[in-house]
Amino acid sequence: MIPVPETQGKVVVAMSGGVDSAVAAALLAREGLPVVGITLRIWSSLRPADAEARFDSCCSPAAAEDARGVAAALGIPHYVLNYEAEFDREVIQYFTDAYLAGETPNPCVVCNSRLKFGSLLARARGWGAVRVATGHYARVQRDAVTGRYQLRRAVDSRKDQSYFLYRLTQEQLAAALFPVGHLSKEDTRRIAAELGLAVAGKPDSQEICFAPGDYRTYLRQRVGTAIVAGTIRDTSGAVRGRHQGVAFYTVGQRRGLGIGSPEPLYVIDLDPATNEVIVGQDRDLWTREVDVEHVNLIASEALTAPRRVLAKIRYAQAPAPAVMIPLHDGAARLCFEDPQRAVAPGQAAVCYDVNDPDLVVGGGTIRRKGGISNRQ
Amino acid sequence: MRVYLDHNATAPLHPEVLAAMLPYLTDRFGNASSLHAWGQEARSALERARTTVARALGSGDKDTVALTAGGTEADNLALLGVAAAAQARGRHLIISAVEHHAVLHTADHLARRGFEVTRLPVDSQGLLDPDEVRRAIRPDTLLVSLMHGNNETGVLFPIAEAGRICRERGVPLHTDAVQSFGKLPVDVDALGVSLLSLSAHKLGGPKGVGALFIRRGTTMQPLFHGGTQERSRRAGTENVAGAVGFARATELMLQDQADAATRLADLRDRLECGLMAALSGVERNGHPAERLPHTTNLAFAGVEAESLILALDLEGIGVSSGSACSSGSMEPSHVLTAMGHPPERVASSVRFSLGRDTMPEGIAYVLEIVPPMAERMRQVNAGRTPAVGVPA
Repeated sequence: MIPVPETQGKVVVAMSGGVDSAVAAALLAREGLPVVGITLRIWSSLRPADAEARFDSCCSPAAAEDARGVAAALGIPHYVLNYEAEFDREVIQYFTDAYLAGETPNPCVVCNSRLKFGSLLARARGWGAVRVATGHYARVQRDAVTGRYQLRRAVDSRKDQSYFLYRLTQEQLAAALFPVGHLSKEDTRRIAAELGLAVAGKPDSQEICFAPGDYRTYLRQRVGTAIVAGTIRDTSGAVRGRHQGVAFYTVGQRRGLGIGSPEPLYVIDLDPATNEVIVGQDRDLWTREVDVEHVNLIASEALTAPRRVLAKIRYAQAPAPAVMIPLHDGAARLCFEDPQRAVAPGQAAVCYDVNDPDLVVGGGTIRRKGGISNRQ
Repeated sequence: MRVYLDHNATAPLHPEVLAAMLPYLTDRFGNASSLHAWGQEARSALERARTTVARALGSGDKDTVALTAGGTEADNLALLGVAAAAQARGRHLIISAVEHHAVLHTADHLARRGFEVTRLPVDSQGLLDPDEVRRAIRPDTLLVSLMHGNNETGVLFPIAEAGRICRERGVPLHTDAVQSFGKLPVDVDALGVSLLSLSAHKLGGPKGVGALFIRRGTTMQPLFHGGTQERSRRAGTENVAGAVGFARATELMLQDQADAATRLADLRDRLECGLMAALSGVERNGHPAERLPHTTNLAFAGVEAESLILALDLEGIGVSSGSACSSGSMEPSHVLTAMGHPPERVASSVRFSLGRDTMPEGIAYVLEIVPPMAERMRQVNAGRTPAVGVPA
């Protein structure tokens, strides 16, 4: 049962101000669809520090202005919505909570599922729109046999962002449009240039949009008082030093430990319960088994038996052969053929079909193993 | 159909205003401070315009009117100008919690520079108790600033009573009459004010022109330096065309002010009643009677105002919430918050402000579009928390 009507209606395009969403809007407008551009304002317009740092920009950082300029050039309506409180509640809160719990969050996954294809989609329906489009590099196709909406990797595999979209439900995918998913990044830029869009040459964003630079600086400002220094131990339980707070470390991290050691030491585990950072050698970072929770399946409705997949445990990685085994309570275990290095709890593990490697099977959030003793 | 119901943001320029201004943007381009014929022509037009605005305020003395680049500048000049001149006497300022940002933020600015600001509360209907003014005045109070008609709710403050209290205590009273001027009689003596702010574009004049009435004997310091224009209260080459447009808009407004007020109040009431009859959960923000004739502020329970405003725009209807910032996105209204409304109600409130060009057909169109749209949004929003609220 797909709850989205098949009728054509308005299409809301989430416009970040970048080139991808600009071209997404342009392609839809070129098809003659009634397109409405939306930019989510997630930054504060009221905090004096923000306002004074940017003369003449009460609440108009350049990105929203860029999106507005593109919309004007395309002749489509455009609105900036105040998402400050909602972004704070849904994304930033999650982001800081995860770090405080010793995990490595994936805010883009959460923003896509809860905001762009969550509340924005709901609002869009209130405006009489049936679709939400973004500038993501991914594809949605409806399976003729099963009727399921399938998420596929982008044509431009270097730019593929299906990893950040794995949490979308069938209802969300049914309403999603990714117009640049069929393009290479070069084509996207070329189209933007042909249309004379000012954002054609804008560099790609590489950072977390709300915490540019070092995320530790952001955490310090935002939840500094909740971050407590503690003990660094090694795998034998011996104290090896002090850390600044588990939130400042990520599994696999080598720098910034401040420990002298003949062999290189890495963070291999973060224990929020004891507020300890556990360090070990490179060999301690490798594991074949990765448990994921809150699994969202896209290719099929349920996972009833082990399934051979290609899985990746971080965005910038090639998928590796594994078997996905169903566990209880919406969890699953991934058993990789080859050990994986530096598996960070909190990150997404996303699985692709072993025979059709563009097809997203589903994914979940990597769960921390029960401490050092369970680590393989 | 396109229906503009955001006249408190700005009103369309009246064609006769444009016609009056054009000669001063073309042939009669002189600088009003020049000695020659070109300058004299401009000077004469400027002073005629000043006289028109002064008379409209019940002031026979044209030199009480200092022309500015708008209402915000007039408010800034009133607060900062008096504060700078009266520092020796005191550093205490009284405003209300629901002032326009031009007053509110200027008072905040003064507070950061060592002035003490008392912000008077309003009741749940947006009304101000004049006794609050009486109680708040201190020996070191240098200025009281209270708006005449509220831009978000249209609620009127008892300026004449506040004026009497201030005169008794020897404290100058400033009022921001940007929204009320042209819609209600505004007489500086009846109101008992020392300072009064105006803006031209709210009444069909051009943007970028306003005025501050300054009663003789009010000690002020200028904000700008570099010339003796406006009796040394505002340096800078005068905006002659703007002043002429301001005066023409004022004349046009005064021609049928009472009739227009009756007509607009009737249309507004039809809009209110029509929406309340067609839709459950619609509540008025602000006192039903003590308000401007052309403004209504309505809360639509379970509907996000930002979303409704956007969807109405897509249907050709222009409305707003009280305070949009320059990016166009919404901020929670400090006016409705000060009236004690909870964040959900604040975030679901929409302002409709009518003007001379508002016709019954436009109101009928709004009554046709809004109810089903609001119902659809309620269905979509059911079970979701509102996006717009007080920032964490």
